[in-house]
Amino acid sequence: MAVGELSNYVTLSAVLFFLGVAGVILRRNPLVMLMGVELMLNASNLALVAFSRAWGSMVGHIFAFLVITVAAAEAAIGLAIIVVVFHRSARVDVDDVTILKG
Amino acid sequence: MLFWFLAVALIASAVAVVTAAKPVYSVIALLAHFVTLAVVYVSLSAEFLAVTQILVYSGAILILFLFVIALLSSGVDSFEVGPDRLPKLPMPALFALVITLVAIVFSAAHAFAHVLPVITPTSQLAVGSAAAFGSVATFGAMLFTSQLLPFEITALILMVAVIGVVVLAGDHATLTPPDHERLRAIRRREREAILREGEAS
Repeated sequence: MAVGELSNYVTLSAVLFFLGVAGVILRRNPLVMLMGVELMLNASNLALVAFSRAWGSMVGHIFAFLVITVAAAEAAIGLAIIVVVFHRSARVDVDDVTILKG
Repeated sequence: MLFWFLAVALIASAVAVVTAAKPVYSVIALLAHFVTLAVVYVSLSAEFLAVTQILVYSGAILILFLFVIALLSSGVDSFEVGPDRLPKLPMPALFALVITLVAIVFSAAHAFAHVLPVITPTSQLAVGSAAAFGSVATFGAMLFTSQLLPFEITALILMVAVIGVVVLAGDHATLTPPDHERLRAIRRREREAILREGEAS
């Protein structure tokens, strides 16, 4: 893989990461915010796989595999929290979730 | 050339995820994003990751999202969402920020390119052969020998996730305090029904 090609992949990964950040910051629907987190994790995976290809080492693949596992666990727990919190209130809006305020 | 098609598809689907009006549309866009990313993984000769991407993300996580959307919107007016923060932020400033960050990353990647050695994969074996870079056999051999500890930590993480979900969503009666307002309304309605019955008879 050429040098320019690698930086293309890294730049694409950065763009996707910041799109995920935008999803978390700008949206108020908790489901879309969780999807933004998934976008960020996938962007990091893309960078890991691209570097792995450039260096010819497969450790990056293992790391990306672990990230996928953590993303699955995070999605399951996050969605469970959403279901529990919004089982009680009618609106699905993160700004309304104030029951954990100290 | 293939990279640019895939890059445009990835960015477009990610934008669709963030800007979609309804969460269901976001999930559909996310599905397109994940499948395209699997294609990128194949083009980077990460065969196992491409399959895992389809199986875990498109097969498991997105179905979970769809189930939760179905659960939350099954009520009468349970899917009301207030206005997003999008109009409050000056969009040009945000756009400029993203462009600046991309420029920094791009230039940094080019600057460090001379320092870091970029090695093309040494094995020139054909794609699909067991010993090639990125093959499932190599991946599995690494996962169960030199990278065994991270693999076992994965088991712990998944167990924590399972226990956490069961504790969170398992038994509502014991975990969440009773909704006094609702209970009082139900009792009031019952009392009124009894009174009305008394009047009728």
